[in-house]
Amino acid sequence: MQTTEEVPLSVTAERAVVTQQAGKAPEKDWVIVTRGLKREYDMGGEIVRALRGVDVAIRRNEYVAIMGPSGSGKSTLMNLIGCLDTPDAGEYWLSGDLVSSMADDELARVRNREIGFVFQTFNLLPRATALHNVELPLVYAGVPSDERRKRAIAALERVQLGNRITHRPNELSGGQRQRVAIARALVNEPAILLADEPTGNLDSTTSEEIMRVFEDLASSGQTVIMVTHEPDIAAHARRVIVLRDGMIESDDRRERFAEKMQIAAPSVTHK
Amino acid sequence: MPFLDAVRLALAQIRVQKLKSFFTLLGVTIGVMFLIAVVSIVEGMSSYMEHDFVGKLVGVNTVTLRQQPEIGANISDAQWRAMRRWPRVLMTDVQPVVDALPPGTLWSAEGYDNVFVASQWSPPKQLQASAVEGDYFKIREMKIAKGRVITSQEMAMGTPVVVIGEEIATRFFPNLDPINRPLKVAGLPYTVVGVAESQGSIFGLSLDRFVIAPYRSPLRHVVNKPNVLDALKIKAAGDADMTETTEAIRQVMRSRHELRPSEPDNFTVESSESALTFWTSIKSKLVIAGVVLPAIGLVVGAIVIMNIMLVAVAERTREIGIRKALGARRRDIMSQFLVEAATLSTVGAILGIISGILLAEIISAVSPLPATVAPWSIVAGVIVGAGVGIISGIYPASRASRLDPITALRAE
Repeated sequence: MQTTEEVPLSVTAERAVVTQQAGKAPEKDWVIVTRGLKREYDMGGEIVRALRGVDVAIRRNEYVAIMGPSGSGKSTLMNLIGCLDTPDAGEYWLSGDLVSSMADDELARVRNREIGFVFQTFNLLPRATALHNVELPLVYAGVPSDERRKRAIAALERVQLGNRITHRPNELSGGQRQRVAIARALVNEPAILLADEPTGNLDSTTSEEIMRVFEDLASSGQTVIMVTHEPDIAAHARRVIVLRDGMIESDDRRERFAEKMQIAAPSVTHK
Repeated sequence: MPFLDAVRLALAQIRVQKLKSFFTLLGVTIGVMFLIAVVSIVEGMSSYMEHDFVGKLVGVNTVTLRQQPEIGANISDAQWRAMRRWPRVLMTDVQPVVDALPPGTLWSAEGYDNVFVASQWSPPKQLQASAVEGDYFKIREMKIAKGRVITSQEMAMGTPVVVIGEEIATRFFPNLDPINRPLKVAGLPYTVVGVAESQGSIFGLSLDRFVIAPYRSPLRHVVNKPNVLDALKIKAAGDADMTETTEAIRQVMRSRHELRPSEPDNFTVESSESALTFWTSIKSKLVIAGVVLPAIGLVVGAIVIMNIMLVAVAERTREIGIRKALGARRRDIMSQFLVEAATLSTVGAILGIISGILLAEIISAVSPLPATVAPWSIVAGVIVGAGVGIISGIYPASRASRLDPITALRAE
């Protein structure tokens, strides 16, 4: 507990060191390091520079929120961190591997082993049971079926859904669906849990419930990265990176971020 | 993704959309159905030709000397005209031919024609009547239901007696015992001495419409010119080599017809093989038809499956995105859709096999065509079914596997 609280204090300075050493594999403790990450899109002849050189360094066991208004490049950054996309320039190191130069199938393998996705719209297979949905990453990891089942049940129990394993998504509430998605994200014991607006489709009570799940996971040592545009959701993380126009605007501990938000937009923090 | 999981997934898709799946499968089902039905009927005819037909009409271990072949394949009109000018087989040829063969060889000389047959209980009818000499009944392996066969004394004397087929017996002697009753054959008075056991039919033609009389009886003057035979049947003793027998007959006949070595035969020695050659040439054409027609159904089936799979890929873009995000590689997505297409069309093929067997059974029940389901055609049906699925699934599956996960996740 003590260490995870302390890391953000010195992170800006350390980040500066880690992200300057182009081409050098970072130490094991750094689960994510990006160096000068750039991504451009061609939107009908007009070049949109979604990311314009982003340096991010995240240690193991950190709980980080990436925040920013729409168009700030946070979705692009999430796609890159989630290995769904590759940068046009810059380096991306995930768990000591240079992911930015990997081919399609290698990226699929990294997504399968290192990343657990939680989406705004849950993205569960509608016709499959909760158990089958959670088993899916294990299927692609080549885990034999009896072990798959055991691990999927364990993951569902971890999110308090041990009694819902045969339910299909349409038989579950929004909060339960998102917890199935979290169980699916955790079942392969990924290096990072990557959540994209995890509470975007949930009411505030259920949002709090999901945030508690994230808090518990972070406390138990899981690295969590959450992308959101809501400051009060971002404030649940221990460190908040704010993006604007494809660049990092600020990178603060939770306390400092909340302080700043109260000054800038006091109405948002108390809902 | 393990193969069995993919199959289970595909079967679940079929269960969810029964009607759509049924129409998807229709092309493959019909194609395989006709494949099985046609192959079954051809195979049935084939085993029939090779066993019953040859046994009944030609006889095992038997060769027949004729002026021109009875069953001809690939013979042009000009050849037929040329063969009609060849010399006839004569009664005087019999002894030299028989002498050239090992003892124990059976022979029968036959002359036959369609003549009017009548009795006092029935109006006249045209039928095939044969005037025979030698071991005719032994070679035909004819069993007698009533009465007896024609004795060798009657053969030698030319006594006007006949052995008749079962159908003739019931037609000309309704509710009567035909034995020792008079029968007019080509206007000549004959007496019935025996009725043969029913021989069944070939392709719906009865084999029980015949009248057999001794060669030396007056019938011979009606069926042929003096001394002329239509056929000389030779049955080799035991398991004698048929090629050697045929060769011996040829040599005797060539010398009797005074042919120079450069000249071709001007007579025909037919064996069961030559009858089968004819059948084989028909069979290969039938098999081609039996493969080409179902192929059309299968091509249509393949196009339908390809379309349905493209629709499935479009409908399930988001699912593909989710699977990719969770770590599915291109080949995982590819094999998922390929297995789905293959499973779909294999199910269609299995339905086709079942209905093909039923169709073959129905055809053999209502028509004289026999049907035997060949095991290889079932295996071929399944392989063809799976193959059609895989081929028609390649394009949709590769499209699915190339989807960009980010775009796919944003679908719908």
